[in-house]
Amino acid sequence: MAENSNNKRRDFLQLSTVTIGAVGTAAFIWPFLKSMNPAEDTIALGTTEVDVSQIEEGQSITVKWRGKPVFIRKRTKDEIDEAKTVNMSDLKDPEEDIDRVKKDEWLVLVGVCTHLGCVPLGQKLTDSKGEYNGWYCPCHGSHYDTSGRIRKGPAPENLAVPPYSFLNDTTIKIG
Amino acid sequence: MSGNSEPRKYKNPVLNWIEFRLPIISYFEKEYGDYPMPKNCNYFWSFGALATITLVTMIVSGIFLAMNYTPHTEMAFDSVERIMRDVNYGWLLRYIHSNGAAFFFIIVYIHIVRGMYYGSYKYPRELNWILGVFIYLLMMATSFLGYTLPWGQMSYWGATVITNLFSAIPFIGEGLKTWLLGDYTVGNATLNRFFALHYVLPFVIFGIVGLHVAAVHVHGSNNPAGIDIRSKNDTVNFFPYMLIKDTIAVCVFGVLISAVIFFGPNLMAEVDNYIPADPLVTPAHIVPNWYLAPFYAILRAVPDKLGGVALMFGAIAILFVLPWLDTSKVRSCNFRPMYKWFMMLFFVNFFVLGYVGMLPAEGLYLLIARVGLVYYFGFFLIITPFIGWIEKPKTLPASISDVYLGGGKDSPLTASQKEIY
Amino acid sequence: MTKILILILTLIFTFNVHAAESNKGSMPKHEWSFNGITGTFDRAALQRGFKVYREVCAGCHSMKLLYYRDLLDIGFSEAQVKAIAAEHDVLDGPNDEGEMFERPARPADRFVNPYLNDNEARANNNGAYPPDLSVITKARRYGEDYIYNLLMGYEEAPEELEVGDGMYYNKWMDGNQIAMPAPIYDGSVDYDDGTDNNAAQLSEDVVTFLKWSAEPELEVRKNLGIKVILFFLVLGTIVYLAKNRLWREVH
Repeated sequence: MAENSNNKRRDFLQLSTVTIGAVGTAAFIWPFLKSMNPAEDTIALGTTEVDVSQIEEGQSITVKWRGKPVFIRKRTKDEIDEAKTVNMSDLKDPEEDIDRVKKDEWLVLVGVCTHLGCVPLGQKLTDSKGEYNGWYCPCHGSHYDTSGRIRKGPAPENLAVPPYSFLNDTTIKIG
Repeated sequence: MSGNSEPRKYKNPVLNWIEFRLPIISYFEKEYGDYPMPKNCNYFWSFGALATITLVTMIVSGIFLAMNYTPHTEMAFDSVERIMRDVNYGWLLRYIHSNGAAFFFIIVYIHIVRGMYYGSYKYPRELNWILGVFIYLLMMATSFLGYTLPWGQMSYWGATVITNLFSAIPFIGEGLKTWLLGDYTVGNATLNRFFALHYVLPFVIFGIVGLHVAAVHVHGSNNPAGIDIRSKNDTVNFFPYMLIKDTIAVCVFGVLISAVIFFGPNLMAEVDNYIPADPLVTPAHIVPNWYLAPFYAILRAVPDKLGGVALMFGAIAILFVLPWLDTSKVRSCNFRPMYKWFMMLFFVNFFVLGYVGMLPAEGLYLLIARVGLVYYFGFFLIITPFIGWIEKPKTLPASISDVYLGGGKDSPLTASQKEIY
Repeated sequence: MTKILILILTLIFTFNVHAAESNKGSMPKHEWSFNGITGTFDRAALQRGFKVYREVCAGCHSMKLLYYRDLLDIGFSEAQVKAIAAEHDVLDGPNDEGEMFERPARPADRFVNPYLNDNEARANNNGAYPPDLSVITKARRYGEDYIYNLLMGYEEAPEELEVGDGMYYNKWMDGNQIAMPAPIYDGSVDYDDGTDNNAAQLSEDVVTFLKWSAEPELEVRKNLGIKVILFFLVLGTIVYLAKNRLWREVH
């Protein structure tokens, strides 16, 4: 009997040793893995405030946000109409224009092609804007329309809309 | 042909599959499972395991630090502080790494003290000792290189002083120094190569540690009585008997190092290293890391530049031949009534050397350093061979098992027996 | 042999302490809220300390390692931090026209230096470089106690000592001569929260701020430390019991 309870006690001790040891090892590894996440100085640069008062209608600017280009375009009346009147069934990734903008004239997009990550053309006046008057990705020929939606080519999705808000009429905060 | 089917050693088919192609599982079983350890080994025998764990921790924390460190003179200091401030748990990684280095030396020094006191360096473990001295040398080099990386005042001036040692070598000295630095002074090229070497040397150490362990497993571990294993009754299996003792040692070590890491992380750091390196201003006192201080004391005790450098390197080199300087066949100092005291005095002397190595080299301190230097070499070159010839060792116990059971109350074993219980 | 081990450990741990103490006379110790194993920073003192730094020290001393966003940690709101940052201009650019331009600092910017470079700092301070204060308590022996005593250590020079031109006598400075005139005296900074603004209080607050700046992780570190040590103690006890059981069978 005595030996039996001895054994039980030992089993318990061994089990708790192994358990606590395993928990301790996991807890020890955690900070190491965590250290690979973006550091605080990187996170602090995660929001960008952009003054858009200088942009004329029909013009675009490119700003850097989290190391990626963000396109801000002040759309013309025609471009807005074009974007709003598209038939949803023509779209590969159907999305209403109204869901992609906060104010009709301002289109804010992450300028990274959803195919393989190239930066599409269409920001400069001299650039090819593609068949749908928006952006054209030269890598594999994806065409985006005036709402940044994919219309033709291999890209599976529309250009992403980053989180942003209007601090006032002329300042956009991205991130 | 049926005899060639895969042997069924293990229940788990995956283990069997691997074992048949690469007998690594039985190797680990043999070396770390059933490996026979003398029963009477005390906690000094846990320091090898502690050192291995610390080495792995240093390598891992170092790799993660390297992910955020910038080896450029303009940015190194700030990048280290960025690790401390902005990287997630960066302060923890850095404090583990910087204090871990100091504790690594504490552990290894105790490991060496154990090896010397119990005569672990003698036949048939001489090669094992030599590999150990190589590890120690590489550790010193690695810690010196690593100390340069934060690019504080001590980093810069420590690197300057140490690399200037090489210029003492006749004829090729200056050229050698410039070749080491890649510049005429410690500069960006130096920092870059020091970083590269600091990254790679620990893996070399790890490899030699593997040889060091493999070598000790050939003839088995020494023990406090310093006598050979005679029967299976003299030993216990490494798993679980020694592993559990090593785990206790790890816990005690964990408490000690955590106390420093979390509550006094800069106790062992030099304040000047939080001042960015300035090639135009030398700090008032340049002190080496305390774990290198004994050799620094020897260097400064000699009034001649070349002589000091030669003796400093000689102090390390002499360790290699210790197995052949010791003329006694008895391993453990427990059975060597005379040598034991000289050995103890040697340890104390080493610490005194370290102590004065961190103080200014003048007056009394310089005198102490010189006396210490004489004893250091005297111990190896005169005392050790001489005592071996004249000393009459005590009677050795018949077997390890006897020692473990406390046989012979009047034998001089009481001290080591106390440690066992 | 155990005795040797204890001796060795004692020697090691007294090493630094001795080496440190043999240098100068005794450095008076101050009571700090962040001392001890559960010490923390007093947020109000940190904010007052920052005010002292901004109004007294920042004219000459940079704190390049700090970002304005770091001030969130000492209890300033995002709007306050934005406002503090915006008081300073930083050079940015180049813009689309290729020109550098000045803009108000943002929370993600580093503390703006009072001087363009080290040489300008020297030139404006009689050749003495006002050290960066980001990690000053880690960069001086006796850390916060030294800085506190230094701030409070301005006295009439003893007659036998010739104080150099543009130098001031300070009890705690190496060589007793310092290029910085006494920066803090009773009432030199007004506190908004009604705290007595005598020199001792001002010094204590600014040193608290400097300590936080040097070791912003201090509170998290001590907190985690207690848990880690407890973990090793619990595991150690259990393993010790298990080991006694196991070894009982060994004869």
